[in-house]
Amino acid sequence: MLELRSIRLTQGNFTLSGDFSIPDGARVAIIGPSGAGKSTLLSLIGGFEAPDAGAMLWDTKDVTQALPHERPISHLFQDNNLFAHMTAAQNVGLGIKPSLRLSKAEQERVSEALSAVGLTGMEVRRPAELSGGQQSRVALARVLVQEKPLILLDEPFSALGPAMRGEMIGLAKEVSEKLGATMLMVTHDIADVDRFADLVIWIEDGQCQPPRDWAEMKADPPEGLKAYIGT
Amino acid sequence: MAQRVFSVILWPGLITAALVAALSFGTLGAVALRAESFSALSRFDWMAVRFTVVQALLSAALSILFAIPAARALARRSFPGRGLLITLLGAPFILPTIVAILGLTAVFGNAGFVSVALSWAGLEPISIYGFHGVVLAHVFFNLPLATRLLLQGWGAIPAERFRLASSLHFGPRDIFRHLELPMLKEIVPGAFTVIFLICTTSFAIALTFGGGPKATTVELAIYEAFRYDFNLGKASLLALIQVAICAVAAAASLKFRVPQMGSGGLHRVVQRFDARNTSARALDMLWVGLISVFLLTPLLAIALRGAPGLLDLPASVWSAALRSILTAIGSAFLAIFMSLALALSALRFRSLEIIGMSSIAASPLVMGTGLYIVLFAVTDPADWALPITALVNAVMSMPFILRALGPALSGAERDYGRLSDSLGLTGFSRVRLVLFPRLRVPMGFSAGLAAALSMGDLGVIALFARPEAATLPLQIYRLMGSYRMDQAMGAALLLLGLSLALFYIFDLWGRRRA
Repeated sequence: MLELRSIRLTQGNFTLSGDFSIPDGARVAIIGPSGAGKSTLLSLIGGFEAPDAGAMLWDTKDVTQALPHERPISHLFQDNNLFAHMTAAQNVGLGIKPSLRLSKAEQERVSEALSAVGLTGMEVRRPAELSGGQQSRVALARVLVQEKPLILLDEPFSALGPAMRGEMIGLAKEVSEKLGATMLMVTHDIADVDRFADLVIWIEDGQCQPPRDWAEMKADPPEGLKAYIGT
Repeated sequence: MAQRVFSVILWPGLITAALVAALSFGTLGAVALRAESFSALSRFDWMAVRFTVVQALLSAALSILFAIPAARALARRSFPGRGLLITLLGAPFILPTIVAILGLTAVFGNAGFVSVALSWAGLEPISIYGFHGVVLAHVFFNLPLATRLLLQGWGAIPAERFRLASSLHFGPRDIFRHLELPMLKEIVPGAFTVIFLICTTSFAIALTFGGGPKATTVELAIYEAFRYDFNLGKASLLALIQVAICAVAAAASLKFRVPQMGSGGLHRVVQRFDARNTSARALDMLWVGLISVFLLTPLLAIALRGAPGLLDLPASVWSAALRSILTAIGSAFLAIFMSLALALSALRFRSLEIIGMSSIAASPLVMGTGLYIVLFAVTDPADWALPITALVNAVMSMPFILRALGPALSGAERDYGRLSDSLGLTGFSRVRLVLFPRLRVPMGFSAGLAAALSMGDLGVIALFARPEAATLPLQIYRLMGSYRMDQAMGAALLLLGLSLALFYIFDLWGRRRA
């Protein structure tokens, strides 16, 4: 279980605050107006920003001070998820060993992961030789081999067309189910939320609401959400 | 205030910063301790101070004065060979000073083309030695730099402005007043200061063309106090004066926006509706022609006069060449390692970059003097001639390398910093797998630059080296001194070839597979 206890982060005159927990295996959408602090919340959980107050716990263990790679987290960023100078296999392999010195068995795991996301035989391709959708698949294959219990997605498919985005969200959902992982995704598209989320965290002006059931929230939306959706 | 978490390696950069600071400022301390009182300076020493300042002012003024029409011609004309000429304008940067000196001698010297032509016409031959020789050589080196800087200025004026000017029926004079003059006002003071600085610290030119009571620079006086009198106290005092001159110029450069030497805006020709008449075109082509002839003739002279002697150069030249190559390669690796380490740490502590840049206002000869004094206390400095040459040149090339690597490094961190952090790509893995591949192109270029700069060094090495352990530039200087001009020309051609080859090989390594 991921727990944020009275966490607070100040950047200039912007303050992000939240106090909530997320049950294991949940699929959570993080939504809110632009500038509300969605990406900042993800950076905080990922360990790229250190909070000014409060604590973050994973399975009751305090990980507030842990470095990004020491946390039980794999990431999909908005862009630059793949190193342009590495092949697909190398990009996935980094998820197993950052030194890229892989054993035979580990190389096989990489190939299996690529097959699992529909990229059989594309090991030696570089990102420039792959389509946008295929690049997302490589990044998801890496999430698969990383085998971390928490996956953070920061609008990773926003550069793709609507149909492709739907497909990728479906694939991400599959990956998280296969790993039994908790999944947190920032998005600004309500259709995406419908597609995968069971819980939703609404953020406005840096205030993170505790996660609520999406169907329930839609029936009784907070004022800001009504304005955001425009109904 | 929350802080971004960093997982790049810091300590090599901190050590580098300490080393650079020690070389830039610490050697100054050693120098200051040895310095005598001002009364130790003779009338000749004060003349050297005056000469240094006056020749640098005049050299900077002439370089800029000629660069203005030349840059304007390049900015508004497209002609075959334009790109080549612009590339050539960058060449003096990696051209060994001694090669240019020999080239200028071959053209303007006592037995040079110009003197020969004058004597045919029944006139007195000209001499390249003394005040005007020093200024000529400085203009040769800095006119191209000034032209490139100003060309960038012209390129930075938006094309729409010129279209607007033409629709408002501006004449050439209006264009100059409303468009070109404001740009010049912004760029010229910074360019002037940079060139002034370069001209006060160009030891090799003063060593060859200067000399005597009327044409000695402060750096040359340091060298003479060292080499002929072995008067460390006086050398130190002169070194402090040199530092004061540099400091004043550097302080001035902080006041002005110093133009950045980049490649942006050089290759665009702005369509100019005011310059279509024949006389403007003729004037522009005249300037392009003049600047090409001025830059190319000395290099051609080296090639022509050096080629015949290339095959029977004395063995001492070849062994000097080998020492130079080893020093240059060592200097290149040192420069890259230190710049990379410093740039990495500068991501965290921004002020470190300023330390790395500080050597731009330092005089390598002063650095050498300080190191000599320190080493003299414990060992024979001559044993360390080559490593010291490599080190000082590496530090001197750091400002340029940092300017090339810095942006690429912040770019790589911006794009891949978080991804690398999240994957646990830290420390050396990060450098090997992420930064090296991304920085390969600027690293190759920078290494080439550092190698070429060190290859052509004729400053520190002149202070330290034993006669039998000279580098190639020093050996050429000696051949010149003993009037073996044909051998000197041959060796200069060799040096030119080696410098360009080193630059080319490193640069090619960077661009391979990129």
